[in-house]
Amino acid sequence: MRHPPAVRFHETTLQDLPANPHRRRLLKLMAASTALAGTGCTQAPPEKIMPYVNMPEGMVPGDPVFYASTLLRNGFGIGVLVETESGRPIKIEGNTAHPASLGAADAQTQAAILTLWDPERSHTIMHRQEISTREAMLSMLIQRLDEESQTGGRGLRLLTGPVSSPTLLSQINAMLMRFPNAQWHMHDPADSDARAAAALQVFGVPARTLYHLEQAAVVLSVDADLFGPSADGVRNAHDFLAARRRNPRARMYALESSPNLCGSLADSRQAMSPGEMENMLEMMAAALSNGAAALSNGGASLKSSSWLNRLYRQLLRARGACVVAAGHSLSLRAHVLVWHINTMLGNLGKTVYALEQYAAQQPGKAPGSGSQTARPRRPASLPELTEAMRNDQVSTLVMVNVNPVYDAPGMLAFAPALEHVPCSIHTGLYYDETGRRATWHVPQTHELESWSDAYSHDGIASIVQPVIAPLYGAYSSHELMSVLASGQTASAHATTRATWQEFWQARGEAEFEQQWQAALSCGVIASHDKLHTLHPLQGAFDALKAESGAQPDARPPNPPGVMTPSAAKPSSATIGITAVLANDSNLVAGEFANNAWLQELPRPYSKITWDNAALISPASARQHALCNGDIVSLSTADDDTGILAPIWIMPGQANGVITLPLGYGRSHAGNTAQGHGFDVFALQGVNGGLALRTFSVTMRRTGQRHDFAVTQHELHTQGREPVRNVETRRDSAPSNSSRVSEPARARARSGENETPSLYPGHEYSSYAWGMTVDLDACIGCNACAIACQAENNIPVVGPEQVAMGREMHWIRIDLYREQSGNRTQFQPMACQHCENAPCEIVCPVGATMHDSEGLNIQVYNRCVGTRFCSNNCPYKVRHFNFFQFSRNDPSAAAHANPDVTVRQRGVMEKCTYCLQRISHARIQAQKAGRPIRDGDIVTACQATCPTNAIVFGDTNDPDSEVSRSKASPRNYAVLEELNTRPRTTYLARLDDPAARLEEDDD
Amino acid sequence: MTERKTETADSPGTSVLSAGWTPGSVTDKISGIVLGRGGPWTRGWSEHWRWRTAILLTFSGVLVFLASSTWLFMRGVGLFGVNIPVAWGFALGNFVWWIGIGHAGTFISAILLLLRQRWRTSINRYAEAMTLFAAGIAGIFPILHLGRPWFAYWLMPYPNRMELWPQWRSPLVWDIFAISTYLLVSLLFWYVGLIPDLASLRDKARTRGKQLAYGLFALGWRGDAHHWHRYETAYLLLAGLATPLVVSVHTVVSLDFSIGNTPGYHSTIFPPYFVAGALFSGFAMVITLAIPLRHYFNLQGFITLRHLDLAAKVILACSLIVAYGYLSEIFTAYYSGDPYEIHMTEDRFTGIYAPVYWSYIFCNVLVPQALWWRGVRRKVSILLIVSLLINIGMWMERFLIVVQSLHQDYLPSSWGLFVPSFWDWIFLLCSIALFVWLFLMFIRYLPMISMAEMRGLVQETAEENAS
Repeated sequence: MRHPPAVRFHETTLQDLPANPHRRRLLKLMAASTALAGTGCTQAPPEKIMPYVNMPEGMVPGDPVFYASTLLRNGFGIGVLVETESGRPIKIEGNTAHPASLGAADAQTQAAILTLWDPERSHTIMHRQEISTREAMLSMLIQRLDEESQTGGRGLRLLTGPVSSPTLLSQINAMLMRFPNAQWHMHDPADSDARAAAALQVFGVPARTLYHLEQAAVVLSVDADLFGPSADGVRNAHDFLAARRRNPRARMYALESSPNLCGSLADSRQAMSPGEMENMLEMMAAALSNGAAALSNGGASLKSSSWLNRLYRQLLRARGACVVAAGHSLSLRAHVLVWHINTMLGNLGKTVYALEQYAAQQPGKAPGSGSQTARPRRPASLPELTEAMRNDQVSTLVMVNVNPVYDAPGMLAFAPALEHVPCSIHTGLYYDETGRRATWHVPQTHELESWSDAYSHDGIASIVQPVIAPLYGAYSSHELMSVLASGQTASAHATTRATWQEFWQARGEAEFEQQWQAALSCGVIASHDKLHTLHPLQGAFDALKAESGAQPDARPPNPPGVMTPSAAKPSSATIGITAVLANDSNLVAGEFANNAWLQELPRPYSKITWDNAALISPASARQHALCNGDIVSLSTADDDTGILAPIWIMPGQANGVITLPLGYGRSHAGNTAQGHGFDVFALQGVNGGLALRTFSVTMRRTGQRHDFAVTQHELHTQGREPVRNVETRRDSAPSNSSRVSEPARARARSGENETPSLYPGHEYSSYAWGMTVDLDACIGCNACAIACQAENNIPVVGPEQVAMGREMHWIRIDLYREQSGNRTQFQPMACQHCENAPCEIVCPVGATMHDSEGLNIQVYNRCVGTRFCSNNCPYKVRHFNFFQFSRNDPSAAAHANPDVTVRQRGVMEKCTYCLQRISHARIQAQKAGRPIRDGDIVTACQATCPTNAIVFGDTNDPDSEVSRSKASPRNYAVLEELNTRPRTTYLARLDDPAARLEEDDD
Repeated sequence: MTERKTETADSPGTSVLSAGWTPGSVTDKISGIVLGRGGPWTRGWSEHWRWRTAILLTFSGVLVFLASSTWLFMRGVGLFGVNIPVAWGFALGNFVWWIGIGHAGTFISAILLLLRQRWRTSINRYAEAMTLFAAGIAGIFPILHLGRPWFAYWLMPYPNRMELWPQWRSPLVWDIFAISTYLLVSLLFWYVGLIPDLASLRDKARTRGKQLAYGLFALGWRGDAHHWHRYETAYLLLAGLATPLVVSVHTVVSLDFSIGNTPGYHSTIFPPYFVAGALFSGFAMVITLAIPLRHYFNLQGFITLRHLDLAAKVILACSLIVAYGYLSEIFTAYYSGDPYEIHMTEDRFTGIYAPVYWSYIFCNVLVPQALWWRGVRRKVSILLIVSLLINIGMWMERFLIVVQSLHQDYLPSSWGLFVPSFWDWIFLLCSIALFVWLFLMFIRYLPMISMAEMRGLVQETAEENAS
């Protein structure tokens, strides 16, 4: 035969090839190679793909289905509704029924969808850096446990993060019963050990704090990040704004070492170092226990003592209705003082609750419900574990969803200690620092991939319901824990159901299946238990008095503002300064490091993206001749560990305090996290078994520089009035309108006298959409920005592009700041949907148009990218795809909102008022044969706003909420002098002059 | 030489044409540059290193320009330093600058023709070529800077299934019409003027290829009296048509800005101020080109000091108008009391782009004042420096208007900064290379001075002298 059949490709074939093949043979080989290259590398799908024969009931392709589930934050549950499209989760909304959400969600909750789909999550079980199998891991574990059981588990240690899941707690309990000598350790890098120790000292049990801010008349935040990304942040924001809208208006005072969200809302704020705060608390506690009407000024050299005195009188007047909240930067003693002050002010059980934590609750007993029977062992700390590891007392270490190699205090030297452990098993979402050092790594499921349960911060249980099968073949931590607890594998579903079956049986309540379904569909498990606060142990505060004599020496080393002698002369190389480790407002303690949405989200005050920065005050910067971006080296007092950190000058920062946000400098958290920021944990020390949050460090200039990617450069209003304030009247009358004084009313009106326009106006016969944003309620939390990003498929551009000014967020949170840094105002700024839109006039191809309902619409496929519209937009809210920013890899495509176009490079985009949601509401209304009702359309930003600052609706309907909001005398349009007549208007911030603590009366 | 005097006219030597030229010698001289064996590019490297280096450099620039454009179309317009708020950068600045340069040619050809300014004769041809190349390059930049350049044709009205038309309120649409009309008329004007010269070249060419090429474009010109009659009429008509375009094109370009509401753009002074600025930079470019040309090709007899002197006077006048524009902008900003305008003006004085502002004030307002002195106007080296400075100054002015106005507009929160990227500079420099290369090609293949008109000039001056 002239043509031999196809070349057989086995190993010898290549060797068989003649050195100089003939032309024909060469061509044949090449053709075969090409054909094989084209066909060889695709894999047949593992399952049969079939169209529906019978459509599942209720599922219409294109119609989203919502599932109630729960996300975990610091172990506590946050109720969510997950929007799924053809089985793919695409968006997270808050769950109205859940107490930690009330329908709202913060930026981290919104961004969880990106983490769920993150293709860089761990895919496989790893054993010493090699891919392994589940069977190998399980047989190893069972064998290991058999060995451990001979000593009652003396060498067995379990390390978890904070836990509220009753199923997990009962599994831990069962494990501890099975191995009586085993130990459970708990590590939460986002929490403050001083806080936990103080609660333990005061109440005798591990406890957490619950605020009822809606009951509060006066809130004093002592460096507390009440509205930050913790389990209760959304609820606190909601509650406080509820109290703010009440009459009389609730007041907030903030003492801050570094600006956080409380300071912007505060009627008055002061920058203070944690040491100064402790002095203040000391004085306050002393005055309260003496029943004094004023703070004694003895000894304290505080500049703002008259301010503090007024504050003290406000608190006294609001006995039982005030809150003193302590932040993570405070010392153990300061936390105890705060409990003491709250107790003396009668707030305990009214506005402040102490709830027991980590008690492996029988689900029947809600936390804090007071039952004290069969108390399980409490978790021990990470320092104790490290000590045991170093002493070779640990033979098997199971680390469930923790990453101590990265986030343990550097002083503990956890990673070297881990080398002493012969068998360590790590489960986590990522093959992270710990996963790589542990002998075994098991990929863990995301909350939205597996079954579990959780309690909210205030003790309401909910089920963690999966909305998709594990994307990357991960395992639930319950599966691993069931091996530890019983030696058997059990599915997360079965264990979770068993927990609740037992619970409902114990209560003698109705049929299980019915309860279970109800719990799943509404997202919470109804509880009628009333919350009870713990009460301080007898004599819990006696120690304070005993110590207070000797106290002044034992304080944190640096009285603020007073530099150590070496720092007095700026020329000197080393500078002593107080370091405060703070949870990052986006990444918290590193948990969200590989989430590009949160990485690119500008920090509320610094507007820095993709980086953390060492924050110092302008005065300190001047003193030490530092500029933004100067890299300094920071080392602990004993000089044995040091880090390099770029400086960012932060107005409103306490002098002599350098704030170091956690969560950055990850070495193995995925490509998104890689190479950004510096790791602060390396610097963290431990004192008396407590990881320090505030300690003194030595700072040296290095002469190197770092460039930050910042989204807003100018924070001063330049005499312009983008944000406006109106003062409340003294005789506080009930409604909003009457509280605004007349001159203010005149200044804040909008659109009443229309100036003429060259082009004819628009007529709206059906709807005319509009929005208001209440600047009095905006806390600057950024939740809307991420909600918008998730809803509208907004791409991430990366730090280089952000630095060039090309970020894509459709809604940006502008920040304006007084020169002093003490008064700040946030302003969410998105497309204003102008009636006389400057962008529409200049587009040469008509890609941006006015529609029949007043929207300014952007036609992506008509846009040629002249960018004239952006130049002509006075609000600069248009964003341009300078490159192909949107990704189309499988994971990005899977979680993109199918109702929103994914934009190509070269086109302009901007806020659409969630046009897809308007369309959806219109279709629903047409199907029901009715007009769109007020409240049918909730834009993504509006839905997620914890404080309901955003209102959207039909301005043609005089009774709609937005019309009523626009009728407020506080309503004004930004840049109304340009006659753009924006459809988004703002409600001026209310300013209560009486609450400012500037004068001595009331 | 003396025998010839009886047969043909001989130039008596005036301020615009030196003495001793006959129609024949003029034609020989000019066509010799293009056709001459032993012409200025036929000898070796040592003789022509300047010419050949120029060709080599500029042609490399052209290739880089093509390669960069390809890369730009592949990657996206993000290669430039543009951002939000400064969404227009070098590309638009270059566009306005080139359009401005492309102004003087038509002004010289058309308006000076109608005004019967005899001195235009020896410079109009290359000034028109300059116009054509500059306007053509200007036309490239708006397309380069588009987000989706492959849809650039959507700016033009064309019948389509979706009945989509341009959005007529946008000045960018007006711009398309203004520039394309200007380009078209300039091309026609230039070409019509070339026809008699192409015929001369056809007749003088020795090789078949050249005869064919020139012959084809000469459209059968035989120098017939009828030909001349129609030619003169057509030329005059075209001049009449081109004259309003000189004003309209830059007026419309200026509307791109003044229709916008950005402080620094939104100004009624823009149309006259842009036209004056355009003439200013155009004449500066005419001088910049004339000086090396007359030097290299020994054309001092054709392009005399008188020409340079007159062009310098036009520059001086334009400089004063432009200075008035600058002043009036400042005045109206403060007079309006508009805080945004005032901020923009003060930012020009003291902001981050202030060095650019003060540099162009120096180049465009202070430096041209030297031209009040006749000695300066007739000193070639100084004139070259002045005209180069004006070219740079006008570029900086365009840059400042485009960029600085945008970088700090209404809301302080959106303020930003434009930093030119590597590619911004590449495109600017390569566009200059492209311009010079096109111009060199023009010199090489076409008569850079109108032979027909020069012959007329010789005749006229001789007759005037005789009478």
